[in-house]
Amino acid sequence: MAAAPQSTTPPRKGFLGWLNKRLPVDEFISSQLTGYYAPKNFNIWYFFGSLALLVLVLQLATGIFLTMFYKPGELTSFDSVEYIMREVNYGWLIRYLHSTGASAFFIVVYLHMFRAFLYGSYRAPRELLWIFGMLVYLALMAEAFMGYVLPWGNMSFWGAQVIVNLFSTIPAIGPPLVEWIRGDYGIADSTLNRFFSLHVVAVPLGLLLLVMLHLVALRQTGSNNPDGIEIKKTLGSDGHPVDGIPFHPYYTVKDVFGVGVFFVLFTIVVFFVPTFGGLFLEGPNFEPANPMSTPEHIAPVWYFTPYYAILRAVPNQRMGALLMGLAVFAFFLVPWLDKSPVKSIRYKAFISKVALGIFAVSFIALGYLGLEPAEGLYVALARIFTVLYFLFFILMPIYSRMGTPKPEPTRVTYHAH
Amino acid sequence: MAENVVVGDGEVDQSRRKFLTTATVATGAVGAAFVAVPFIESWAPSERAKAAGAPVEMDVSKIDPGQMAIVTWRRQPIYVVRRTPEMVGQLKGHDDLLKDKDSADSDQPDYAKNEYRARLPEVLVLIGTCTHLGCLPKQRFEAHSAEMGAYWPGGFFCPCHGSRFDLAGRVFNGSPASLNLRIPPYSFPSSLKLVVGVDETHQGAA
Repeated sequence: MAAAPQSTTPPRKGFLGWLNKRLPVDEFISSQLTGYYAPKNFNIWYFFGSLALLVLVLQLATGIFLTMFYKPGELTSFDSVEYIMREVNYGWLIRYLHSTGASAFFIVVYLHMFRAFLYGSYRAPRELLWIFGMLVYLALMAEAFMGYVLPWGNMSFWGAQVIVNLFSTIPAIGPPLVEWIRGDYGIADSTLNRFFSLHVVAVPLGLLLLVMLHLVALRQTGSNNPDGIEIKKTLGSDGHPVDGIPFHPYYTVKDVFGVGVFFVLFTIVVFFVPTFGGLFLEGPNFEPANPMSTPEHIAPVWYFTPYYAILRAVPNQRMGALLMGLAVFAFFLVPWLDKSPVKSIRYKAFISKVALGIFAVSFIALGYLGLEPAEGLYVALARIFTVLYFLFFILMPIYSRMGTPKPEPTRVTYHAH
Repeated sequence: MAENVVVGDGEVDQSRRKFLTTATVATGAVGAAFVAVPFIESWAPSERAKAAGAPVEMDVSKIDPGQMAIVTWRRQPIYVVRRTPEMVGQLKGHDDLLKDKDSADSDQPDYAKNEYRARLPEVLVLIGTCTHLGCLPKQRFEAHSAEMGAYWPGGFFCPCHGSRFDLAGRVFNGSPASLNLRIPPYSFPSSLKLVVGVDETHQGAA
């Protein structure tokens, strides 16, 4: 079943020998780290996987501490968040780490996903790896949405109202389903408490499980690389890929450097611009929830705005909600939509590069438009970019076959420094 | 690894084993489905939430003509507009601009499925949450106002996604909302004494 353990090292003696007979510590380290060969040509795009893991740990740690001071409930939530911000020692720091961490999570994950688009990392044999990654993304969206409801500010309340009501557009079962989700005839105490439970227990557990599956699937197929060729095809006399280097120490050291750079940028935001001009924490959320007063302009946090712009671009509500769902679901299909003979953007035909460029621009443009009011030119532009967004996926089986790709090398492109 | 290997002394009846395995799994699945029921049901509105959803009363005669009052019923704002004869008149003449002028697809009791969408033409009772995604439409009762445009016959405007409704809560073309504003069950036990949540078919809390 498992690969034969490294037999070159003699069996350990003493405590470690005792331990290894009872727990496969050495075997784990060698199969996952020192004996896991990753392509040697990783570039800057390969920082974001380990950074996502780092932010996950950061969110779990800060979340555990916030839960010690936060009191879910219609009458207590808003006040307990203010209590954390003003009276708990370093409460402001713990909360800003958590709120900035949420946005950082999405920045890192979006870059991580774009890397997969650049180098075709979702292509066979990594379809399942990609699907687990997408499920992590879905769980993350649920986690972020419910987390945003917890402070019970006015944007929390109305954001919950808008998002939960999306389910009412489902034919027949919609309205009773919405009542079941809320546990009341409107967004209420019951809704807040179940979101709290899901946010701190259920979704994080699911997230951890999915991240583990994502990593196990990665170990099974091995990492893709910027050239999009399989390093396992060229093995050295030791049985390891010639173009592979052990994950530890080579990539652990590289990733630790990435962590350093990340924390410099991250802490600048935490200490100097924690609301990030209303993008990370929105102004109306500094007022308590008021079911009788809609904020002048409801916009979700920036990481949902591309989908929100699609929702608002459609003049029919059921179609809008459906397209919004499809916009997320489309990602699941790319391993089978991309028919290009090569994986990496480096060797793909020109038209595929243009398509990816248009998609990236559309996603960012929709993200901007989702922050703006739904009127006039903004709606017209949102409609254009929504069409471009979907054309990227719908036409992928066609344009990915067009043009002449450059020949792939047999070995990865690598220049020693 | 095993040091002693014992060879079985009888044939295994595979079909019997398969039947028993399937029957056990099926029984377990049915049991699991039954166990799931209380957990799923726990999310439905509690007795407390239902009690808090009891009918509410309001004296419409205290609202000045042309004005609106808001009363909360089941955590939803109920808009009560005392329409003037002019406002009732403004309901006519823009049928071609409406998505659902006869309220055929919209949600309202039968007694409100008429040209006024009301029991009495002078009293409009609406659930004040946008049928798009639940924001609160704002009142824009002034007809032909500079803000709303020359065609505007007076009505409601949702600030979230720009849905527009007339003075009977009927949605205009071009709005993201597809349906007219919903009408709750209501009745007038005596003249202009409004009760929201009670009518011929709804008798109170449950």
